[in-house]
Amino acid sequence: MDKDREKFLAKTALEVRKDVVRTIGVANANHLASSLSVVEILVYLYWEVMRVDPQRPNWEGRDRLVFSKGHACPALYAVLARLGFFDREELWSYRRLGSMLQGHPEYRRTPGIDASSGSLGMGLGIAVGMALSLRLRKSASKVYCLLGDGEFQEGVVWESIMNASHYKLDNLTAIVDVNGCQMEGRIENISNLEPMEEKLEAFGWKVLSCDGHDLKELEKVFTEINMHKGSPTIILARTRPGKGLKKIEEGLLRPTEPVTRLLMEEALRELEAFDKAYFQEGEEQSG
Amino acid sequence: MDKKSSRDGFGKALCELGRLREDVVVVDADVATSTRTEGFRRAFNKRFFNVGIAEQEAVLVASGMALCGELPFVSSFAAFLTTRAYEQIRTCVAMPNLNVKLVGTHGGITVGEDGVTHQMTEDIALMRSLPNMKVFVASDFHSAAVLTLLLGEIQGPAYLRVGREPTPEIYKEDDKDFHPGAAKLLRPGDGVTICACGIMVHEALKAAAILGRQGINAEVLDCYCIKPLAVQQILASIRRTGCCVVAEEHNVIGGLGEAVARVISEEYPVPIRLVGVADRYGQSGTARELQEYYGLTYREIVGASAQVWALRRR
Repeated sequence: MDKDREKFLAKTALEVRKDVVRTIGVANANHLASSLSVVEILVYLYWEVMRVDPQRPNWEGRDRLVFSKGHACPALYAVLARLGFFDREELWSYRRLGSMLQGHPEYRRTPGIDASSGSLGMGLGIAVGMALSLRLRKSASKVYCLLGDGEFQEGVVWESIMNASHYKLDNLTAIVDVNGCQMEGRIENISNLEPMEEKLEAFGWKVLSCDGHDLKELEKVFTEINMHKGSPTIILARTRPGKGLKKIEEGLLRPTEPVTRLLMEEALRELEAFDKAYFQEGEEQSG
Repeated sequence: MDKKSSRDGFGKALCELGRLREDVVVVDADVATSTRTEGFRRAFNKRFFNVGIAEQEAVLVASGMALCGELPFVSSFAAFLTTRAYEQIRTCVAMPNLNVKLVGTHGGITVGEDGVTHQMTEDIALMRSLPNMKVFVASDFHSAAVLTLLLGEIQGPAYLRVGREPTPEIYKEDDKDFHPGAAKLLRPGDGVTICACGIMVHEALKAAAILGRQGINAEVLDCYCIKPLAVQQILASIRRTGCCVVAEEHNVIGGLGEAVARVISEEYPVPIRLVGVADRYGQSGTARELQEYYGLTYREIVGASAQVWALRRR
């Protein structure tokens, strides 16, 4: 990835982040922290990895994304809007009656959503079904599934982990947003999942780890995945809940706090300041 | 009389469907021999997936396959498929209205000796309360086969219940006239309307013969489609008879009985009696012993019919 491309992706991530804050703020909703932790992963997936066509959301040859941690959908909505799957203005109707953008992603209602989600732990099994079907059809399409780390507390996830490995689904890649948080606190204090890497390797998956906010590292793991054959792959992407907003990152604000108008404005000021410092000034210098 | 089980009818038709359509896939939770999907496995190995003893995963996999354009059939014991995987069925099949077909074998208490964990008298209630879900119950080998083919034709999620025990033949092989939202008129009459499904259809016919000798001319409907219910057919019948008995191998709560009772009480109230399992669990025993013990025979239908007939609306 050259410097310009990296800068473009970082800027895209920042713009997505701003839209996430606006989307959640306008709806006065929560799930801000978990939406912000997946931004770089989604940006890298949609701009660098996945073959999709916003003009033809149901194109058969597309790659699929099962967004298993459905509550973080504001990030996905912001990305899909930016790609042109639907008008960006739709973002401000998130969670409202009759809206295209439901509280959790709904198949058919929103262009670009490949499967409904919201109830945790179910996405990976759906992704396994998709991967089996695509293999049966000799399709070159790939299936990606984005999970939260807390989801692995649901038993059915491990059924899917076993199955994908049994069927050697190398057209399936799972990405885990390892932000260490769940509703009531830290995962390690509630029902510890570690050591994840060893567990998943023991189940027959190819496991890769990276910093989920570092585009260069994401590039490295996805390149490695492209060359891998014979088993499903999983990326443990370490992230920080509320990434980009100091108050959440530093623990001054609970990750599950609802976003008030005041909080939204404060967050946007912070992101704008970051934008000025890292992009607009830089552009002026180079120009 | 020639006796064959409805699960065998399902297994046979599934193979036929596999030959007709390339998009039919079968997802099994390690019970292919019992659910009779083994024939499909032998004929179409590449389109058969045993995901192991994991009903939830089976439904999720089917959901993913349907999203990619396949026509998946998921089959397991009714007791495990509809309860263990209920949330997967609700969230990943019924809600997105996906073309996934669920077939619960070993429905009812006539599973027999395996006992209470393997018997299932709540599946119809669970499935019919899900929006988008269509619900069918087979009454013999042939209707199971035709309904299986019908599942392949209709769009969207559907549940079919079949049974383990060989049962008497009710339909002739050339009868293909089964549709969603319809019931089968097996015996016309004007004394009492008997709506039945599954193994109780045979019992209802037996009861009708006895009632006939007592001067009550019973009309027997096989309500093989519980949802959408054959509302107009049932109403037309009770307008003539003025009374109704419903017989099913299911808890009296939430099954065909309550479905019919709702229609009748809303549209044309007449005396009605429900013959079914009286809100309790089964136990081990032979199929016939259990039918006798839990009151699922022609005798209960005859008794209930005499009662409502005496009170019939004129």
